[in-house]
Amino acid sequence: MAAHPAPSARARLRVLLPRLVLSPSLALVAFFVYGFIAFTTYLSFSDSKMLPSYGWVGFQNYETLFSLRMWDIAVTNLAIFGILYIVICSFLGLMLAILLDQHIRAEGFIRTVYLYPMALSFIVTGVAWKWFLDPGIGLEAVMHDWGWTSFEFRWIKDRDMAIYTIVIAAVWQTSGFVMATFLAGLRGIDSEMLKAARVDGAGTFAVYRRIVIPQLRPAFLSAFVVLAHMAIKSYDLVVALTNGGPGNATAVPSTFMYSYTFTRNQMGIGAASAEIMLLTIAAVIIPYLWSELKEDKR
Amino acid sequence: MTLRPARILLYAILGLFCLYYLLPLYVMLVNSVKPLQEITSGGMMELPQVWTLAPWHNAWSQAQVGVEATGLKPYFLNSLLMVVPAVTIATVLGALNGYVLTKWRFRGDTILFGLMLFGCFIPFQIVLIPMARSLGFLNLSGTVGGLIFVHVVYGISFSTLYFRNYYSAFPTELVRAAEIDGAGFFTIFWRILVPNSGPIAVVCVIWLFTNIWNDFLFGASFSDFSSQPMTVALNNLVQSSTGEKEYNVHFAGAIMAALPTLFVYIVAGRFFVRGLMSGSVKG
Amino acid sequence: MTQAFLNIDKVTKAYGAVQVLNETNIAVQKGEFLVLVGPSGCGKSTLLNMIAGLENITSGEVSIDGRVVNDVPPADRNIAMVFQSYALYPNMTVRGNISFSMEMHKVPKPEREAKIAQVAELLQITHLLDRKPGQLSGGQRQRVAMGRALTRDPAVFLFDEPLSNLDAKLRVDMRTEIKKLHQKLGTTIVYVTHDQVEALTLSTRIAVMFGGDVQQLGTPEEVYNNPANMFVAGFMGSPAMNLFPAELIELNGAVGVKVVTAGGFITLPFPHGAHLTDQIGREIVLGVRPESMTDPESADHDSHCLEHVDLPVELVETTGADSFVTILLGGKECIGRFRGKSTATAGQLTHVTFDMTRAVAFDPKTEQRLA
Repeated sequence: MAAHPAPSARARLRVLLPRLVLSPSLALVAFFVYGFIAFTTYLSFSDSKMLPSYGWVGFQNYETLFSLRMWDIAVTNLAIFGILYIVICSFLGLMLAILLDQHIRAEGFIRTVYLYPMALSFIVTGVAWKWFLDPGIGLEAVMHDWGWTSFEFRWIKDRDMAIYTIVIAAVWQTSGFVMATFLAGLRGIDSEMLKAARVDGAGTFAVYRRIVIPQLRPAFLSAFVVLAHMAIKSYDLVVALTNGGPGNATAVPSTFMYSYTFTRNQMGIGAASAEIMLLTIAAVIIPYLWSELKEDKR
Repeated sequence: MTLRPARILLYAILGLFCLYYLLPLYVMLVNSVKPLQEITSGGMMELPQVWTLAPWHNAWSQAQVGVEATGLKPYFLNSLLMVVPAVTIATVLGALNGYVLTKWRFRGDTILFGLMLFGCFIPFQIVLIPMARSLGFLNLSGTVGGLIFVHVVYGISFSTLYFRNYYSAFPTELVRAAEIDGAGFFTIFWRILVPNSGPIAVVCVIWLFTNIWNDFLFGASFSDFSSQPMTVALNNLVQSSTGEKEYNVHFAGAIMAALPTLFVYIVAGRFFVRGLMSGSVKG
Repeated sequence: MTQAFLNIDKVTKAYGAVQVLNETNIAVQKGEFLVLVGPSGCGKSTLLNMIAGLENITSGEVSIDGRVVNDVPPADRNIAMVFQSYALYPNMTVRGNISFSMEMHKVPKPEREAKIAQVAELLQITHLLDRKPGQLSGGQRQRVAMGRALTRDPAVFLFDEPLSNLDAKLRVDMRTEIKKLHQKLGTTIVYVTHDQVEALTLSTRIAVMFGGDVQQLGTPEEVYNNPANMFVAGFMGSPAMNLFPAELIELNGAVGVKVVTAGGFITLPFPHGAHLTDQIGREIVLGVRPESMTDPESADHDSHCLEHVDLPVELVETTGADSFVTILLGGKECIGRFRGKSTATAGQLTHVTFDMTRAVAFDPKTEQRLA
């Protein structure tokens, strides 16, 4: 019989090296994502005020959180903002994508124009829209200057309407991205099938409604996931546009968390609010990741 | 052609939306080159009567940002110092991770990847408190180094996602052939994978660059006056309540903060769009 | 026991609970051209990858030239491999592709240059050396892939379906080239394909695989003429061997077979079944190759057992050189290979000559060879 040598160092390295290379990143993620989530979770059950403290208080922070009027405002605002943002972006994005898909001359240029806001910082977007919507110098002042003196548009100063200005700016920034997602989806549809539909006698409208849009499901899904998680995470835009004001009128969970943790020295409550944000996002993302990755498993 | 009126309507709508998307840019541009009183007197939409670069000059080197009247220049530099190393490190790590996860697969690798991927989506509020503590512990509080570290940690998930998706379409037979040819783990990576990674490297670099440059939350949370990035400084400039609001200076500053990413977008828009699209997990 | 050059000893492969290769033993002698052939999923590529070291061996041993290589990385096994997709490095020139392996093995540059020139000469790709793979045609890529493998002077050459991406004509040409190359270099080759024609033309020995088992291991002649079971009989040869039910009978004091036809039945002598006298009356599956079921003029007149019968024709398909004539035997559509200018006509009787020295019999239940 042939000799059976022990695996050489090189053979062992071949198996080990890939895992070795992956491990620093895994360690970073394990510690700074999952470890930190665990730590924050613990803090949300602790009596932390200005600094982390480890006295266990059970669900007290959550109870306080849910009784706070500002949290109530923040959640309501997020609901209004999130729903409008997702619906308007999807609608606008789909409409623009379909319009752009009609063999438009200068399509490349138009696409570039629609999408560039996505390259900007939310702070820049916030500054631009903040002053454009400012009644003193922006749209309202311009209209007055142009002679329409009865024109009034002061949502950004209005407690009830300010949240909608955030929708306006956010839609401006992201709808181009949704358009691009849908456009890519449209371009992925088999053109022979569309020809077949035309031969079957379907008009443009019917082709889109019956054949094209139903096939954009994956694009809808990924647009939804991206928009939903951006809505929940949105912080910069609110800070730059209204800074949560007037008063607390445009507070959202992200600004709530920041102000309770770092300015009001209620770290336990801040941690609890971060926890709620995480759970909300997880509810959207985990099923999505699961369905995307499960065919890949081996 | 019978469709003529419909075509005209179509182009009209598309043109109208072009105006809508360009409007804020127009507002920023024209108002950054006109004297302040032209803005305050209701002329925001008009071209300047007197053209001036003073607001730019002011925003860049004189404006009161925080305690000192330094302009935005030092903060712009902070952002550059933060972005370049963070993007480089995160891209290199992402490429290696993607290589391992697609070409050297092992049991459970998909689950590990899924766990990494979740890091792309977490609300960063959940890590703010412990990260502030950890940076203190690492002696990185309030430094550009600290921000680089934070951006690398949370950038790896994205860069790994990009490279994994890209490499999974890269023929594994090439890697096996190279192995038979006698190339080792790193040689294969360096000689076979890297030379074929141009497009995805561009996508990844652009995405990380845009994200890190535009970041506000980490900058606001973990920096002090000496290390603040551009976005934070811009916000401070605009929100400061002392004195008269110099809108023209604000607009000039906003354009400065937007220029690097806008430049990248104009030059490499194709890759930028691809990066956005890769938000879907399988790419 | 003499040690084979490439020895596959009780090798198995399982992914979790799924066994894709059952205990397999193949001993390959130096200079042999072994073809692993079978339908997709039969385990042939898995076996090849295990020889290459690209997949782990679940149990058993693979040894090359007396050395067990189970735990030896691919690069140290002294093998070369040609992949189905050719796996040429797209960023390197042809020269770079061919020299890469030598670079990795730290062959000095002058030696590399000499070897590249020699291999390029051999494969007639000298004029392509400075091109990138993307600029080459399928056949040229194929040559480069072989050139890359040739520089190694490997102990064993592994081919993984190397011709399946080529069009039909090129495939035939390259097949001839590979055969010539083997004759010239005399290297040991293990070659995987799903194409039984490739297997029969190229190999010195064939392993026919199915369902994770080697069904038969033998020379092309053995596998073709003496299939070990019904799978091998049906897989090798085109059109496939006719397999139809028959009954063992006594015929003129010897063993014969009775076959149901469209009009009634025929009886034929069965010289291979001479030892089955104790099994007269049992049902069997008879295997007859299309060329052993032909018009009287085309029959092999050296055979000592030609039987002439008149049978009704179902269908005639003409390909020029041959006419394939469909005849019902034992309720199955069987194909006879007739001359191109055969006068057989659908719906009419025709003369059929059976070469019964070439007929074989299988057990209908176990599907194994009886005689």
